[in-house]
This record gives sequence, C-alpha cells and structure tokens, in this order.
Amino acid sequence: MRRDVEALYAADPRTGFRICPLDSLTAYYHRRSGVTHVVADPVPQILTALHGTPLSLEALLAHLVAADGLIITENSKAALAERLEELCTIGLVLRI
Amino acid sequence: MKHHFSVAVGPTGFRIGAAWRAPIAALEQLYAAYPKPEGGLADFTVRLEPQTRLRLWLRPSVAINGDFMLPDALPLPLAQGLLAAEMGMNLQMAMGQRHFLLLHASSVERDGKALILTGESGSGKSTLSALLGERGWRFMGDEFALIDPVSGLAYPFPRPISLKNEAIKVMTDALPPDRFGPLLPGTPKGDIRHMIPAFSAIAAMSVPARPALILFPRFGYAADVRDMGGSEVFVRLTQASTNYVALGERGFDALSNLVTQVPARAIDYPDTENAVALVEKLWAEYT
Repeated sequence: MRRDVEALYAADPRTGFRICPLDSLTAYYHRRSGVTHVVADPVPQILTALHGTPLSLEALLAHLVAADGLIITENSKAALAERLEELCTIGLVLRI
Repeated sequence: MKHHFSVAVGPTGFRIGAAWRAPIAALEQLYAAYPKPEGGLADFTVRLEPQTRLRLWLRPSVAINGDFMLPDALPLPLAQGLLAAEMGMNLQMAMGQRHFLLLHASSVERDGKALILTGESGSGKSTLSALLGERGWRFMGDEFALIDPVSGLAYPFPRPISLKNEAIKVMTDALPPDRFGPLLPGTPKGDIRHMIPAFSAIAAMSVPARPALILFPRFGYAADVRDMGGSEVFVRLTQASTNYVALGERGFDALSNLVTQVPARAIDYPDTENAVALVEKLWAEYT
C-alpha cells in the first residue's frame, strides 16, 4: 500500500500519441503499441496532466480539481486509482 | 497455370490463373471492357486450382489460392468458379493492399464528390450503388472504397457488381441482358449474378473523388435518418475497414480525417426507391 501512495504516474510523451477528439469521446492512437483507444472523460484530462511532469495520485487528483473542475466525492480517489491502473495496464500511463 | 487472365480494376492489377478454362472464359466476358494492368504487371495473383489432382476432373472443385490465402477456406464447385475468382481478388485486396485505407463499402460519385455507403452484408449497399450508377451517378465500387491516406481522396474499384438474391431481379428488370454475367445459383451467399458497370464508370476508373457524405444504410425498416456521433462513425468505420490495423498511424490519420471532415448519417429504408429518394435528399442537404 505504501508503494501505491508514493507511486508517480507519467503518460507516454505527447509525441507517443495521435489524438482525435470525436464527440464526448476521444480517439488515441498509441504509437508504441499500434493500438487505437477510444476513451471518455476524464482520461484525456488525465493524460494531458501526466504529460511532462510525473504526478502522484494525490497530486493528479488536485490537478484535475483545479484545472478541469473535477468534483470531488468520497470515491474520487479510489476511482482515479482504478483509472490509472487501467491506463497502466494498456500502456498509456507508466508507473515510475 | 494452364489458363490465365489479367485485368486492372482501379489502381490494382490482377493476374488470375486457373486449372480450368471455364472460370477464365467467364472473367473474359465480364471484364471485356476493362483495361489490362499497366505495363502488364499485376499487383496480385489469384490461383484457382483443384485441392487434389482428383478434383481436377471428378466433381471438380475450386480452391482459392494466391499471394494471400485463407487456410480454412472451403473450395467451391467449378460452376461457381467466377465467384471463386472474385473472392480471391477480394481476399488479395483485403489482406495485401497497403497503399489505401480500405473500407468495406460501395461508393458513387457526382460533381467530383463521393458518396460512401457502408454497412453489414445485406444492408443493400451493392444494390443501391448499382441503381445510383444508372441514375446519374458514377459507380465507383460495391466492395471497397479506397481512401488515399495522403490526399484523403476516394479511389474507384469498380469491379462488376455482385448482386445477390432479390437484388438480381431489381437490376435485370431495368437493364439489358448483356450487362450481366451468368446466374450463379446456390452459392454460400445465395444466388449471385454479376452486373457490369456502365462503360463510363469503367473508363473513369482512375479518377478519384473527394468524400462528401458517408451513409450507413439498413434495409427492411421504415424510412428514417439518424444523426451519428463522431465516435460511433469512427468505431463503425474501423470495423468496416479490412486493413485499418495493418496501416497503423497512416490508417488512424486517414480515418480521423474522414470522420472529422465528412458528414455521416444512418439511414433505414424499406425498398430501393425510398433509399434513392433518401440519398438524393441528404446529398442535396450536405453537399
């Protein structure tokens, strides 16, 4: 658990993607895997936040609240952790 | 191979070899107005041959081989050799064509702009494109729309139209018999009869058009038009493409441009006349 608290997350560099906003969904072509992902909010916001500077879960949550108007609920942190795990699994985000 | 035939369809040249004369004779009749591949060089080869030597003569059956093959494909009876040739050509395109993003779609052109019709088998896109091709549109293809990833233009692939079941009568009632190949009854897709496109469509097979409207037709329902979100169009076009994954980033860019720049609608129709009326109405509205 201690590792989860301290983990930092980073998105693949912006050059690692081709991005096409579609409607409420956004298509990402991930160059490294050659896979296309069609994702909903807040994944585009997460990937934008994690470009450049790696962030911890806490810092990412704070960023999404401040920059993207994410409304905090008691489940927000757990839900964000789940999204990050999914993004790590498909390779769009790296745990460092 | 003992018998062979070469033909150019749009930007692609094919060489079809066969162990029997009959399929080649049928191809020669169907493709009489088509040019030969440029410089005599074919891009793809299809071989129609017996699975075993015995099947050359005894209940002859045609295995579809070529540059690209499906190992589990069942052979067809020799009487359906023409269908085997067509399936072999489609297979080479679907698996080997890398210059274009291939959409399993029919397409027609008017005023330099292309209408792309895509949908599942049975949606009526072949019949609709055949009909439009006789009503003031240029027929561009009923199987593949070829999207150039660089320019975004749609290139024709106007091979003979594969009419199935009820669609055969719709077109044979409207056109003279010399526009049709032989009836192929009892194929895995039902009765099939090929229709030769208008000569003007064959003559213009190298002339591309800018995609202007994408329709997703569905046959057998009351006439209706439905708006589609970009994500639905994107996902359905990836499903309709035979080589999206193989093209990688070029495929993504080509598809993204198509989805973001070309309007798309789903249409339901109960019969072909309703479909033609819907197409004309939407074309006037969006182009």
